Amino acid sequence: MSVEDRILAGDRLALARLLTQIENEQPEGFEALSKLFLHTGRAHLLGITGPPGTGKSTLVNRLALALRSRTKEMVAIVAVDPSSPFTGGAILGDRIRMRDLSGDPGVFIRSMASRGALGGLARTTSAVVEALDAGGFGWILIETVGAGQAEVEIARTAHTTLVIEAPGLGDDVQAIKAGILEAADLLVVNKADLPGADKTVCALEASLELASGPHQASGHPGQLGQPDQGWQPPVLQTAALLGEGVDEVIDAILRHRAYLETTGGRTGRDRERLRAEVLALLGDGLLERFLGARKDVDLGLELEQVFARQVSPRQAVQSLLSRDR
Amino acid sequence: MAKKLRILIAKPGLDGHDRGAKVIARALRDAGMEVIYTGLRQTPEMIAEAALQEDVDAIGLSILSGAHMALVPRVLELLKAQGQAGLPVLLGGIIPDEDIPALRQLGVSAIFGPGTTTDTVVAAFTQAVRHDAS
Ligand SMILES: Nc1nc2c(ncn2[C@@H]2O[C@H](COP(=O)(O)OP(=O)(O)O)[C@@H](O)[C@H]2O)c(=O)[nH]1
Ligand SMILES: [Mg+2]
Repeated sequence: MSVEDRILAGDRLALARLLTQIENEQPEGFEALSKLFLHTGRAHLLGITGPPGTGKSTLVNRLALALRSRTKEMVAIVAVDPSSPFTGGAILGDRIRMRDLSGDPGVFIRSMASRGALGGLARTTSAVVEALDAGGFGWILIETVGAGQAEVEIARTAHTTLVIEAPGLGDDVQAIKAGILEAADLLVVNKADLPGADKTVCALEASLELASGPHQASGHPGQLGQPDQGWQPPVLQTAALLGEGVDEVIDAILRHRAYLETTGGRTGRDRERLRAEVLALLGDGLLERFLGARKDVDLGLELEQVFARQVSPRQAVQSLLSRDR
Repeated sequence: MAKKLRILIAKPGLDGHDRGAKVIARALRDAGMEVIYTGLRQTPEMIAEAALQEDVDAIGLSILSGAHMALVPRVLELLKAQGQAGLPVLLGGIIPDEDIPALRQLGVSAIFGPGTTTDTVVAAFTQAVRHDAS
């Protein structure tokens, strides 16, 4: 049986091995994925982002349990942690919080190192998610790295993005990081068992109000940043460690999923994501082709001129490209 | 992108601290490996499941409780049953000398007692994986 057929038949080892090939950007992995592409597009992609230590993994554990029991669909989790920029190594520790999920054949957890990518996901996370989608997982939960501008990329990748905050991380409107409100379809204040959760909720609600002026985006069924008054991101509270508030989060996720389906927002997001993927690959491919066809041309010469401040980087590129014709 | 080694570090059994396991995890990370760390009190079933889902290149088990003669064979048996026979398994902890031949016989790639340097452990992982790939 081919790898594709084994994965479609639910072979988890075959799936795990394909994910490794994809992570390593091996051609045979991408080849198998291309054959599986036809079987993708069914999963609902749920992004979970927010600062480190707010309880993302703990909440993912609870959400996965609840989704399993309430929707019966299979759940996959992709948990991304940062690679060391110095050694390239990584400690991937999200599974520590997900032990309740072990033993359930309807759950598949994969840890990924960011491998140098700075947007909160790894370069190959989308491809890994596609493979899981083809593998029949109805829900795919993607936990981002908890730092930097993680929310931007996940908002582009997922259908529903949850931004997780916790009390005490800077509870005033100014402290709320630019960008997270646009990224969030749901805001969750976790650790509601700790003092100060109400204050965080208030701060988030106040910022949301500020942001949702008459022409401001809040929620984004179609394109990112496109005005859409139909979805107001709710601010919810959970105590993931205790399992409190999780059902309300699931309710909101299901509402958002239904909302995207009835408004056509889901199709819009999928198209935007696929378009971005095609353009990115086209960019990579063109660069590769350009450099490959020009082994004779000494890029070094152009660079030397730039180093000497004789031509600007822009001029150097223009001259390289014009020589191409 | 070059293939990265992925290593599962797991702590089966009931013993209550994982300082040693964490030291090893960090040493492997500093050697450029990706370490999936699963925390305390893992059952053999949990370890085998994680090894499968994460498609790791090797497993490091840390056992201080003395239950290695029960836990290690069980892990190896589960790995075999799920199609991962031959996946290198390395063992650290308090392992009496008289148990070592039996464990090696079962297929354990390397065994480290207390006081083994992290360099030795990193080298053993590197070698076990290379041996497995050839
Ligand atoms: N008090 C409290 N602690 C929590 C809660 N959820 C998670 N934690 C703790 O917060 C820490 C970080 O959790 P983790 O899920 O790893 O956070 P992540 O870095 O965002 O994935 C752990 O020690 C958790 O036990 C909660 O609801 N209440
Ligand atoms: Mg986490």
